[in-house]
Amino acid sequence: MTETVSTQSTVKEITRALKHKPGALLPILHDIQHALGYIPADSIPVIASELQLSRAEVHGVISFYHYFRETPPGKQTIHLCRAESCQAMGSKKLEEHVKAKLSIDYHETTPDGKFSLEPVYCLGMCSCSPSMQIGNDVYGRVSNESFDSVIDEREALS
Amino acid sequence: MTVTVYVPNDSGALALGAGRIAAAIDKEAQKRGLDIKLVRNGSRGMFWLEPLVEVETSEGRIGYGPVQSKDISGLFDADFLNGGTHALEVGPIDEIPYFKNQQRLTFARIGLTDPISLDDYLAYDGYRGLKNALAMSGADIVRHVTDSGLRGRGGAAFPTGIKWNTVLNTPSEQKYIICNADEGDSGTFSDRMVMEGDPFVLIEGMTIAGLAVGATQGYIYLRVEYPHAHRALNTAIAKAYAAGYLGDNIQGSGKKFDLEVRLGAGAYICGEETSLMESLEGKRGLVRFKPPLPAISGLFGKPTIVNNVISLASVPIILDKGGEYYRDFGMGRSRGTLPIQLAGNIKYPGLVELAFGLTLRELLYEYGRGSASGRPIKAVQVGGPLGAYLPESQFDTPLDYEAFAAIWAVVGHGGIVVFDDTVDMAEMARYSMEFCAIESCGKCTPCRIGSTRGEEVIKDIIAGRDLHKNIPLLRDLCDTLLNGSLCALGGMTPYPVLSALNHFPEDFGITEQASAA
Ligand SMILES: Cc1cc2nc3c(=O)[nH]c(=O)nc-3n(C[C@H](O)[C@H](O)[C@H](O)COP(=O)(O)O)c2cc1C
Ligand code: SF4
Ligand code: FES
Repeated sequence: MTETVSTQSTVKEITRALKHKPGALLPILHDIQHALGYIPADSIPVIASELQLSRAEVHGVISFYHYFRETPPGKQTIHLCRAESCQAMGSKKLEEHVKAKLSIDYHETTPDGKFSLEPVYCLGMCSCSPSMQIGNDVYGRVSNESFDSVIDEREALS
Repeated sequence: MTVTVYVPNDSGALALGAGRIAAAIDKEAQKRGLDIKLVRNGSRGMFWLEPLVEVETSEGRIGYGPVQSKDISGLFDADFLNGGTHALEVGPIDEIPYFKNQQRLTFARIGLTDPISLDDYLAYDGYRGLKNALAMSGADIVRHVTDSGLRGRGGAAFPTGIKWNTVLNTPSEQKYIICNADEGDSGTFSDRMVMEGDPFVLIEGMTIAGLAVGATQGYIYLRVEYPHAHRALNTAIAKAYAAGYLGDNIQGSGKKFDLEVRLGAGAYICGEETSLMESLEGKRGLVRFKPPLPAISGLFGKPTIVNNVISLASVPIILDKGGEYYRDFGMGRSRGTLPIQLAGNIKYPGLVELAFGLTLRELLYEYGRGSASGRPIKAVQVGGPLGAYLPESQFDTPLDYEAFAAIWAVVGHGGIVVFDDTVDMAEMARYSMEFCAIESCGKCTPCRIGSTRGEEVIKDIIAGRDLHKNIPLLRDLCDTLLNGSLCALGGMTPYPVLSALNHFPEDFGITEQASAA
């Protein structure tokens, strides 16, 4: 209950702070996802009424963009590159290994809630493929072994 | 005496451990009581050497790379702070052929300077273009850009001067400059390197664009996958405001230009300029019908310049040295230089800025030194996920927009992704259709439905089912996509698909007898 209330007030605060910007919806959604990790369903009516949009419009925007999520992510989200340069350097094998190691598929979260896995189509790190990103941390020339050590290290941190 | 040590802050270098190396060098220097000044520069673009540590010596900047944590104390033991000999030493950076033989105009400062230092920017010829532009009329600025022959580097290669001229001549109270920093093409990273390695050059280019056409508001539409570029841009923008290079009264001229970064949200289609503007307006990124052209009715219905990062970042040197200077580089109707990105399975991946005209073969073997795996190169994809796959027999094509168009290929944003002989081209074709299906904005049927159908057909082909029916079906589908799509996502997905099929039929199970029959 209290959690919902504070979530709602965060959403309201963010929306009110940004709603006067031209084209405010994306900046608002970014700030909400940054603060809460995702965009909860009950934030939609708040955003809609503040911006004088319909709920369907707001929802339509959220669902259009791959980056916005409507469910809570794990503590850390792994963005693994699936695009051509990384494929040329063995990302498909790495992808199999990552899924096996975490026992999850894309768009899923490990049962302990530590990691979510999302595909990404190029990270601009094609000069050191295959690559991945976790939060603001970037990793290049990722091998099965280096992936395991990154995960073990980050698991210890989380 | 204080020694200056450079460790790149480019995310390509960070991905290989540059952050750890910088911290370790700092710590080791303190431990040994040595006085160093650590500068976090951009990357030189020679990624096989990253993390590349440079030391300022009387003989110039000496490089060591690729440096790992375990090498640090050895480097100090070898007196690398005085350019000492070490197994990782690569000598004076400026003498490395890969770097020395480039023609760096747009990338002139990248790797040399501290990207977020305005003092560095000014010391290395920064804001000279703006200074000239402030003394010119809008029409004169546009004329320099037209004279330079610059064509958009985002993919479509449209002449930048013509676009600017349209906006200049469309009267409106409000006009906009948008920088397209969505850089969604796989195999490309030149925009990212500019934004992280020299953000002021983009700010300067956008400011000049604003002065040229009378626009007072700029937006950089940046993909969310680039957090390091985001930070660098925001830091540089804040410094530009503080020093009077942005805001209400640019360098005392009374002219105004405001600039803000807006983040995308992981949609490839938002790199298409009309989808991008929808997104900036806070909507779903559905592609708009053209006309009206964005130059006449763009963002919020106002005249708008949309240009790629590299296009805009090339403007300051054009205004500094004049349109003719830039125009003297290149071949045919492809003028100036192109920052080429060598990616994928290549021994020396990186950024190579050169005048148009070099052949693919020279790039792949003289710069790239062949595949990383040591196996033969089978195919390269040029121009991102919508670009054609080229076989060895086409490697003598020069990098030139028209020469590529003549072989049904595109230069695009200048990314070259290399594949060795283990690649299965039917699988790459399947992936192209899958990518189109994932990223389609959904506005037109051929793209929305055709891409999913296309992937199914290629899967059948890969499984060897009914080739005599499925191959013509795939060609038909590609025809529909080519002719019936509103934008190039649907309209160009046939480039990688058909080029894979035409150049590598054996990967689709087509034997010589079958295709002869
Ligand atoms: C599907 C699609 C994706 C695109 N992605 C980008 C992009 O990421 N960056 C870019 O500058 N242009 C991209 N473009 C091209 C833009 O529509 C537009 O032509 C360009 O931004 C104009 O700038 P320029 O003239 O400086 O190249 C894309 C086009 C399409 C059809
Ligand atoms: S071709 Fe595809 S991405 Fe382009 S407008 Fe049509 S549906 Fe949208
Ligand atoms: S293709 Fe993976 S980082 Fe560019």
